[in-house]
Amino acid sequence: MATETRILEELGETKDLLDDVGGVPPRWPRGEEDDRSPFRDSERGYPSRNAKLGMAMFLGVETMFFAGLIAAFLYLRLNASEWPPASQPRLPVFVTGINTLLLLASGFTMWRVQGPAARQDSGRPARGLGMTFLLGTVFLVVQGYEWARLVRFGLTFSSGSYGATFYTLIGLHGLHVLGALTWLAALQLAAKKKRLAPHHPRVFLCAMYWYFVVALWPVLYGLVYLV
Amino acid sequence: MSDSVGAAVAVHDTHTGYERLGFVRTYIFSTDHKMIGRQFLFLGLFMLVVGGFLAMLIRWELGWPQTPVPGFGWLFKDTEGVIPPEAYNMLFTMHATLMIFFVVMPIMVGCFGNFLIPLMIGARDMAFPKLNMLSFWTGAVGGVIMLAAFFVPGGAAASGWTAYAPLSAVTEYTGVDWGQNLWCISLFVLGISSLMGAINYITTVINMRAPGMTLFRLPLVIWSLFITAILLLFALPVLTSAVVMLLFDRLLGTHWFLPKGGGEPLLWQHLFWFFGHPEVYILVLPAMGVTSEVLSTFSRKPIFGYRAMAYSMIAIAFLSWIVWGHHMFVSGMNPMIGMSFMLSTMVIAVPSAIKTFNWLGTLWGGSIRFKTPMLHALGFVSTFVIGGLSGIWMANTPVDIFIHDTYFIVAHFHYVVAGIIFAMFASVTYWFPKMFGRVMNEMLGKIHFVLTFIFFNLTFFPMHILGLGGMMRRIYDPTQYEFLQALQPINHFMSISALLLGASQIFFIANFFWSLFAGKKAEDNPWKANTLEWSAPSPPPHGNWAGSPPTVHRGPYEYSSPEVEEDYFPQNRPHPALTGAGSSARVGGH
Repeated sequence: MATETRILEELGETKDLLDDVGGVPPRWPRGEEDDRSPFRDSERGYPSRNAKLGMAMFLGVETMFFAGLIAAFLYLRLNASEWPPASQPRLPVFVTGINTLLLLASGFTMWRVQGPAARQDSGRPARGLGMTFLLGTVFLVVQGYEWARLVRFGLTFSSGSYGATFYTLIGLHGLHVLGALTWLAALQLAAKKKRLAPHHPRVFLCAMYWYFVVALWPVLYGLVYLV
Repeated sequence: MSDSVGAAVAVHDTHTGYERLGFVRTYIFSTDHKMIGRQFLFLGLFMLVVGGFLAMLIRWELGWPQTPVPGFGWLFKDTEGVIPPEAYNMLFTMHATLMIFFVVMPIMVGCFGNFLIPLMIGARDMAFPKLNMLSFWTGAVGGVIMLAAFFVPGGAAASGWTAYAPLSAVTEYTGVDWGQNLWCISLFVLGISSLMGAINYITTVINMRAPGMTLFRLPLVIWSLFITAILLLFALPVLTSAVVMLLFDRLLGTHWFLPKGGGEPLLWQHLFWFFGHPEVYILVLPAMGVTSEVLSTFSRKPIFGYRAMAYSMIAIAFLSWIVWGHHMFVSGMNPMIGMSFMLSTMVIAVPSAIKTFNWLGTLWGGSIRFKTPMLHALGFVSTFVIGGLSGIWMANTPVDIFIHDTYFIVAHFHYVVAGIIFAMFASVTYWFPKMFGRVMNEMLGKIHFVLTFIFFNLTFFPMHILGLGGMMRRIYDPTQYEFLQALQPINHFMSISALLLGASQIFFIANFFWSLFAGKKAEDNPWKANTLEWSAPSPPPHGNWAGSPPTVHRGPYEYSSPEVEEDYFPQNRPHPALTGAGSSARVGGH
């Protein structure tokens, strides 16, 4: 009797699988192609499915990294008797607000390149990527200019927890923007040369990272500049 | 599919798809998950020797305070062999740092994660083989940076492995300058390495499973590594952010942790333990997974409560995020917050106890084979029970406030974390045939286990007594305190036991290297186990299976099944009634 049940189970395996994982489990491609080489994946570029999942997890890591910094910032700020300290310069709220809009606009241009609307037309994404790159660069330059002004006003890394938190949080975000811009530049070169389609995994991955950098900024702007 | 190694090698050579790689691509910059696993193993074993050596020096100082270490006059020149107090601080700091970050993590997570995940889920390799290679080499660079700290002026970090600020944030407090900076940089680099590994593990487990390998047919060790990777993914970045802040405090003059500029030393404790408590489960979960595999295989019985085992690991992973405050009961926290951390800490004992009872349930009525891996797995369960019970006891704030920072705590975490060494020996002996194609010597293995188990307990159990007697953790010379002088014979005894514990490891090292070159050739499935790695040749070639990767028909623990004649029923074997091949279907044949 037990054997019979088991055989039934074996035959109904597909259904069983669906029940267990809530979907069709990943399958190795069958047949000759698979047998020919275990390096199939590296020869043709890794499957985009893996890359997207890997990227999503990397963004999770980045989120936790900034969550640590933001938590530390809030901890110090909520325990401080006065914030900002009377003797320290105020942050440029207005200019940075305009700058925030620029960065958000770069997120929008990226969306135009790569989002659902772009998938229908088979045009080249290189121009839209260039626009995104330009907006991102302007953001970084304005940030750098404001930093230089603040340093001149006497706010530095070592001027208490006010300066320390400001430069660490904003500086590490700036480093991430710089990294994303480098990636964007490399992608744009590739898009020009190889005529990448807007739905190409390489465009998609870079866009994921760009969205993260853009979406993180309003949070930091709100916490560090506004509140 | 071929059963013998020779045939597999022949297939290997004639297959056009298998490139023949040169020495560098095979042994150094390899993208083969099995080679990367072996690299992590050797890195971890090397660091185990270094970390163990530091422990011997610590025990010398405690057993025979301020007397010259025999034969070490060259190391401590100014004091003619006596360990100076600053050097003692460095010893215990680096002992813990190396053991946690460069022994347990590389071996349990790095080595066995890499080696086992693709083999046990039926994949040819990791999802990102190159990222995997980068992960190992980044970790190795982290190790070199950590060891380099011993050779800079001022020596290596001396603020404890927890690096509490402001002790760690101001050079003058410990007298350690670049040693502490390198400690931060090394952990930053190692964090990047671990994150690359974690991303790889999760992607591989989610996307690359063989046909039929559902989540609830995964071996428990894969479940444990999967959950460990998720914990790593979310816990390590917090440590990374904390070491960045610490490094900024030290190098750029920021005031994150220094009260004088508006910083807060307690902030470091919160950030560190928010990472630190998930970290201890990162260390112990793979050990629990390995134990489940070994206990089931050598009891010839299905694991007791497979789903309960998986769910309790998930529960541990969730709860591990809300217990960090139990490391900080004496930091002056609000008693209400202390109370909630106390309760969450006690709740986390429930899933851990479920696992322990399930292990006992697996053993109950089994036909147990006392092979070396089994002995070590039983050793892990025993030490884990002792360490776990003392953990529940000291989770109580009234108890902890009394024994905080005493040797009782040291006893507790050595029973749990140093106890992982038994799971480590269990996994090395259990998978040695698959890793290196040879079987380890059973006699030497048993001698090694018995000596290690005895001296382990003789070394660490008396620490409970010392702790309750009031001996402080990280103390340099207990005889300086009148109330501790009466306890000195215990310290003496423990130090002798510790030296013998260290000496017992010679049996393991000898067995390991002797078996590596001259051990008996291993069959594909020497332990008659069910999981997929045993269907590949020993050792498996690059790409793991010569033919198609296996298809999975059942869960991993079908031992002593009434449906087949043998007492095991491999995951990849179709049911005999379906193939018409009778109950003696060939292992791995389909």
